[in-house]
Amino acid sequence: MKNVADFIIRFGQWLDTEGKPTRALPEFAQDPGEVERMYRMMTLCRLFDAKAVNLQRTGRLGTYAPCTGHEATHVGVGAAMQPEDVLCPVYREYGTQLWRGVTLTEILVYWGGDERGTDFAGPRQDFPWCVPIASQTPIAAGVAMAFKVRGEPRCAVAYIGDGGTSEGAFYEAMNAAGAQKLPVVFVVVNNGWAISVPVAAQTAAQTLAQKAIAAGIPGVQVDGNDVIGVRAVMEEALVRARRGGGPTVVETLTYRLSDHTTADDATRYRPAGELEAAWLREPLVRTRRYLESLGAWDDAREQALRSDCAAQIDAAVQAYQATPKDSTDAMFDHLFANPPEALEEQKDTARRWAAPRGTGH
Amino acid sequence: MAKVTLVEAVNMALAWEMANDPDVVLLGEDIGRNGGVFRATVGLQERFGPLRVQDSTLAEGAIAGMAVGMASQGLKPVAEIQFMGFLYPALDQIGNHMARMRNRTRGRLTMPIVMRMPHGGGIHAPEHHSESLETLLCHHAGLRVLCPSSPARAYGLLLAAIRDPDPVMFLEPTRLYRMAKQEVLDDGLALPLDRAFRLREGEDVTVVTWGAMTHDVMRAAEQLSLEKIGCDVIDLASLSPIDHDTVLDSVARTGRLVIVHEAARHCGVGAEVAATVAERGLHDLLAPVRRITGYDTVMPYFKLEHDYIPSVARIVDGIRETART
Repeated sequence: MKNVADFIIRFGQWLDTEGKPTRALPEFAQDPGEVERMYRMMTLCRLFDAKAVNLQRTGRLGTYAPCTGHEATHVGVGAAMQPEDVLCPVYREYGTQLWRGVTLTEILVYWGGDERGTDFAGPRQDFPWCVPIASQTPIAAGVAMAFKVRGEPRCAVAYIGDGGTSEGAFYEAMNAAGAQKLPVVFVVVNNGWAISVPVAAQTAAQTLAQKAIAAGIPGVQVDGNDVIGVRAVMEEALVRARRGGGPTVVETLTYRLSDHTTADDATRYRPAGELEAAWLREPLVRTRRYLESLGAWDDAREQALRSDCAAQIDAAVQAYQATPKDSTDAMFDHLFANPPEALEEQKDTARRWAAPRGTGH
Repeated sequence: MAKVTLVEAVNMALAWEMANDPDVVLLGEDIGRNGGVFRATVGLQERFGPLRVQDSTLAEGAIAGMAVGMASQGLKPVAEIQFMGFLYPALDQIGNHMARMRNRTRGRLTMPIVMRMPHGGGIHAPEHHSESLETLLCHHAGLRVLCPSSPARAYGLLLAAIRDPDPVMFLEPTRLYRMAKQEVLDDGLALPLDRAFRLREGEDVTVVTWGAMTHDVMRAAEQLSLEKIGCDVIDLASLSPIDHDTVLDSVARTGRLVIVHEAARHCGVGAEVAATVAERGLHDLLAPVRRITGYDTVMPYFKLEHDYIPSVARIVDGIRETART
């Protein structure tokens, strides 16, 4: 037997857990303003997450998928994308969405049980939250195909989790994107757990990035708690895709510092000590320390940022809670551009039997 | 005006719309260089190039999912599922995203997609190549489901499907692909959506059918006319939504309803037709509604397929019984 194929998976880290550079940093990371922008968004995500969980716990929000722990991955990806790119998220990548112009209010309206939250005023072509696991990945390949058909220098970005990489749709999407050299990047957020199933029980593969190899496309691993690293790796993949070089799989190694959703209880399955250890690697502290090392951050600025975030969040919660329940017509009015006549009768019935209007909480 | 088969009419409609709308893009397995396993897309890749007539990777879920992504960017994908039996992997995308994206995003992302697929049996094909699974599609809000039964209706309805801003499932009766030729004017004129077609007028029994069974029903009606039983034959053509008014008008005149379809009876589209007549036209009925359908069995491999598909004799017998009740 002779060796007919070789592959290698590389792991990258730019900032260690103490916020010290482990290698030469890219240009954007030497601009304190740019790093501060990312840190501010990461902090907003962290504080918003706590508020959203609190709203759910107090009966003012539906089931919510928290993002705590993923901030560096989400913000790094968002910062690497161009506004004209298209995002196909899963359901907890608020950092990327907020960076791209989705609002806190829209996020709350959606998880408050109202599709109006997906009618993003900002990124009009981005996809909304995708609940059926991995099904967003072929869609992203299709978005990328549209860019290819029209010769537009744009990219699609699809998120997927570690558990999602077990789904057939993910393999189909990577394979099609590779065969057709589509401008798409698949971001595998490996946070260790697919609800209660750890990665080791999900696959025998040593890395998730190597799943790209079978599709004939590059796969790379990056410290997902290192916002500089995530952005650097994503920028490289996006530049390559935009130039016609085809897709990439980027696996970001992070940790879900929360329950899967507010309906989950991770203490049922998470080994003792794992969460505490993960907190020592979380993404905000190292970004802050790096900013401090640049002389661009201190306690006063931290306090000002936190009150600024709190004010933004409070305003969003107020706007959300002031959003009245939609009319029953909404169930019917957005199904078709030209609705079949028969729906009219059901629409009338729904109106007649509608629950009392209110804020719907 | 050319005399064409149903599959040639599909090709004509695709060519017309591709020539007139640069956003129309075809994708599917073997549809490019090979022109499709039934040759529905023959010549189109040569004419419009490989980016507009795409040979997809062999994955129905990816085909449907990529159609969703392409449509969100304003393209009008016309995707081919090679046989309806291979629809299942695509249902994830069709049901979870294609059918509901307009609603989910409150009209922000729309899905002007046509999913074409051969429908039904009777062509001596391998297992999984002869299914009639329209019920799976009709239960999804947000989809239109069409099933033409002649070259002219295939042409006009396919144009209407592509031009519609929402997803349309376009079921092409495999048995009719090359069964008969008909003169079809290649004029780019679409037929109306959501409408049934009255194929034959008669005073005694309303017979509702669609797809390949339409031809068997028309033959049965011809035979029954010799016995002075007049059949009012309605080709439903639109399986979702259903043009109930046309059926009810007919039943109001005949007082009798027979529904003929190839798909299994249980939860078949015929049940919806019967239930609506029971709700809105019960007092017009002079006899119980009768369904003549495929059995609630697996579609058999081809040695038995003509025992499964309602035969002309079985249809004649059923209509006669109803007419005499």
